[in-house]
Order: sequence, then C-alpha cells, then structure tokens
Amino acid sequence: MNFYETDLTQLHDDLVNKKISATELTKATYDNIKAKDDQIEAFLTLNEENALAEAAALDEKGIAADQLVAGIPLGVKDNIVTKDIRTTAASKILDNFKPIYDATVIEKLKAQNFINAGKLNLDEFAMGGSTENSAYQVTHNAWDLTRVPGGSSGGSAASVAAGEVLAALGTDTGGSIRLPASYNGVVGMKPTYGRVSRWGIIAFGSSLDQVGWLTTSVKDNALLTSLISGHDDHDLTSSTRDVPDFGAQLNDDTNVNGLRIAVPKEYLVEGVDEKVKEVIKAALKHYESLGAIVDEVSLPHTQYGVAAYYIISSSEASSNLQRFDGIRYGVRATDVQDLEDVYVKSRSEGFGDEVKRRIMLGTFSLSAGFYDAYFNKASQIRALIRQDFENVFKDHDVVMGPAGPTVAYKIGSNIADPKTMYMNDVLTVPVNMAGLPGMSIPAGLADGMPVGLQIIGKPFDEETMYKAAYTFEQSTDFHKAQPNIGGQN
Amino acid sequence: MASQIDEQQVQHVASLAKLKFTDEELSEFTPQLESIIDLFETLEKVDTTGVEPMTSATDRVNVMREDVAVNSHQRDALLKNAPDAEDGYIKVPAIIDESGDAE
Repeated sequence: MNFYETDLTQLHDDLVNKKISATELTKATYDNIKAKDDQIEAFLTLNEENALAEAAALDEKGIAADQLVAGIPLGVKDNIVTKDIRTTAASKILDNFKPIYDATVIEKLKAQNFINAGKLNLDEFAMGGSTENSAYQVTHNAWDLTRVPGGSSGGSAASVAAGEVLAALGTDTGGSIRLPASYNGVVGMKPTYGRVSRWGIIAFGSSLDQVGWLTTSVKDNALLTSLISGHDDHDLTSSTRDVPDFGAQLNDDTNVNGLRIAVPKEYLVEGVDEKVKEVIKAALKHYESLGAIVDEVSLPHTQYGVAAYYIISSSEASSNLQRFDGIRYGVRATDVQDLEDVYVKSRSEGFGDEVKRRIMLGTFSLSAGFYDAYFNKASQIRALIRQDFENVFKDHDVVMGPAGPTVAYKIGSNIADPKTMYMNDVLTVPVNMAGLPGMSIPAGLADGMPVGLQIIGKPFDEETMYKAAYTFEQSTDFHKAQPNIGGQN
Repeated sequence: MASQIDEQQVQHVASLAKLKFTDEELSEFTPQLESIIDLFETLEKVDTTGVEPMTSATDRVNVMREDVAVNSHQRDALLKNAPDAEDGYIKVPAIIDESGDAE
C-alpha cells in the first residue's frame, strides 16, 4: 500500500464499499512500517495486536459511511496519552507509564473507530527541534537518513513522509509540527490555540501547546482537523466556536483570487538560507500568478520572539514538570534514603539534559528577583508580537514565509549547541506566542531536501489557510515528490 | 552583557527545581545556561513601558462549571502506575526523620 497514491476519502470509500477490509489495510500499514522503520526509527511502541483485533471487529460489523477514519490506522505522537498503551513522551521517567484514560483527541478518533497504529518518537517532552533529544532513539529524515527529521514531532513527520502511515498526530508548542513538516516535505497544521482540546496532552507550555496533524495532502489534513476540533469541558481554554468542515471547502472551485498575502521582511533576512529563500520567493510568485496579491510587511518584534518564547515556554515547563517526582507514576529512583531523595534522584536520573536545561531556565526566570526582568518582560514582548500580527491582519488575509531558516541538517551537527538549536525556531515561535494557526506545506526542494512554505492565519481562520494551501498544492507537483528510502518507495 | 548566573547560582536554581548536578555536569551546564540567559537579556532593549503582559491566548474568560463532586472509582487503576503501593495507598520512604528532629 502506497499512501502517496491514495487519500483519506479514497480509503474510506474503499472500506465502506468493501474493496479493501480494515484488516487488510491494517496489515498493509504494518507491512509498510516493518519495511521502513528499521531505517526511519519513527515508532517507539507498536499497537499491532490491538490494532488487528479492532480491525477484525470492525470488518465484522461493517464500516459506517459517516465515520471517515473508521478502520484507518493512524500514528500518534507519544506525548498524547492513550489508555492502556505505553506513553513515554520519549522520557525515561515515563518508561513504564500506561495511562488510564485517553486524551480528548484520541476519544474523538475512537468514537469514529480509528485504528491506533502506534506511538511516535519525539524530543523528550516535546523539547527540541530535531528529535535527537529522545531518550530512546534517533529518528531519521525520510529524504536523507543522515539528516534529522526536525522536531519535536519528528517521528510523526518522518513516518508520514516515509509512507508508513497515512497521517499522524503531532503537537506544536513553538514549531514542533511545522518544522518537521517542512523538513520532511509533508503538510503540517498547528490550529489556533483553543481550537483543539489539550486534555491528555502531556503538558509542556500550557499557554502555547496545540495538537494537529501531519499528512501528505492538504485535504486529508483539513478533514482530520475538523474531527479533533471543538470545545471540551476538560480544557477550559478550548473555544466554544463552531468547527467548520474544513475539507468540504476544498474542491475544483477553490482559488486564491484577490487573497491578500503579507510577507514579513523579517522572515527573509540574512539568517535564512539563500536556497530556502529562492524556493519561498518562487512560491509567492506562483501565488501571484494565481491571482493573489503579495505585499511586503514588517513584524518588527520577530527578532525578540526566540528569547521571549524560551523564557515563557521554559517557565511553564518548569511548573508543569514538577508533577514528575517518582511518587504516583513513572519511574522512581532506587537506593534512596528519604522523600527528598526520591524527588531529586528520580528527576535527575529520569530527565535528559535538554529537559533539565529548560527546567533550570524556567525556574531561574520565575525565581525571586528575576521574575520582572525575565518572565514579565517576555510576557510584555508576547503582547507586542501579537499586536504586530493584528496590525498586519487589518489589511491582509494570511502571512507567508519559510517555516524554517534551513532545510533539515545532519544528525549530530547542532546538538552540542543549544542556543543554535533554539534559533532555528525564529520563524515558528511567534505564531504560538500570538495563539495563531500556522501550517507548513511542501513548496519545493533545495539541494534535494524539502522546503516548507509557512502559512499563518487569523485566529480561528484555518479555513482561509487550507484554501490557500489547497490551491497551491493542486497547481503544483511538489506534494507528489516522494522520498526514496533505501531504494524503495 | 555579563550574565547573571554562575555555578553557585546554578546550584541554587537546581535545588529549587529538585535537580542535582555532578561537578562535571555543572561545569557543562553553567556556560550553556549563561549563553541562553545572555540571549534573554536582549529583551532589555525593547521599551515595554505600559504594555500589559500577555499570559494566555485563549478566547475564553472566567470559565465556570457546576461545583459537583464526581467519583470516578479509579483507585485500583491509578495505583497500578504507582512505583510502590500497599493496601490502597502509595508508599514512600520515611518523611519524618526517625531521630525525632523533624522540622
């Protein structure tokens, strides 16, 4: 089964019409995974036995026509809790953790009888941009196995790009869906903050985290996002707004006539690789040829985004990660004398270096005497970043630019220098800070590696973004390009 | 600009965060944290006088729910994840110093 040659709607129709059974599709998915994952190393846990049992039960009762994902195996990032299925957040401290409940996004998908193919690798607790911070394994870019898949949803992006699964769930706190989508040449959407419930997402930066999909096509992404969106009593920041059927808007009549595209000059500065710029500029020219209006604008506080983001996200992380103390769940250190020892040893042995750095930065930023200079200052910058976007959106529909300053880099090349790693997030973090929806779509190749075009929308206007993305996709061939892994497709 | 963090400060922050570093880790972490905090200090350049800090991006305000207690009867399931449990309780090492000099 080559998932590049089909899509969600086609597979659903085939399942309903019994052209293929859920069991056959599930087996085909695991065949894909077994053929490729020795090299990609995207999966931390496979759910094969349960998946096959669920598929057989579904085949018995038939696939309902109103359940789009019924019988379709999809991947899940391993910081999304899944009942009775090991959930590690790629951390040693959760090595033995089997949640007793499902995240809301999983509940919604289960209500539609989706099949959970397994849990996908990430940077530990979603902290990182390369998936090299996983405590378990290094995931490889599907386009070049010597390069990183991006992160933190690197397992999700690489798995989809490699054609192991049709789609996978990721999370995005500062670019963790968009950067790996860009590096792997797939479609990744981080919806507006509040669009999707965060209940059951292992919290990193609670005011920034969102769940979203990585897919090979814009329409699949749109259809799947509608399925997981909407208000949830368990997440009081989730919005009560109506959820549009994003996929239903995408058809032969979809166009970008008169679409007002803003291109921030700060997104095409020196730090952005020249070849990446060329791909993005060509994409913008293409939009113009399709009838869109492209203007250069300024988002003057962009350069302060990374610093402010790392203060805020680390502060929230230092608070959120206090719950990992070796007492109620997770791994408890052995050879301890007293309770204080349990906390300190469990945490010091259970967390990896990057997680410790973030906890330290956050604890420092919130500590007495530093709160005003760091956390409060960063929160003020955050307000200015949002204001920059509000100004631009007064007379533009979307903002566009690169998702990352470079293509995927070599495994190991940046890991020793945390600050350089952080700077890779310069084009993605402002979106989380402002709570806006942001996506990355394949826009072409630079030196044989995929480049993602980032599309940023107004709050809760994913609809306009999907239409813009779909029009681009349908009029180009970039999304059809497939990685060639060890000579097999 | 000189950063405000040295090894002693790192030790202090680590104790607040319930983390412990070896001397070797300390000499590796301190310059890394220093360089990131230098980055943080670039924010000083921005005039934020009168700017209201933004702490959330949610579109909701003061969400209330009915104050109703719910018993989800999940004690046994929850305890399965506990590293050590006995008779329906989570077990931990002694909290009170046995010498009797408890704080």
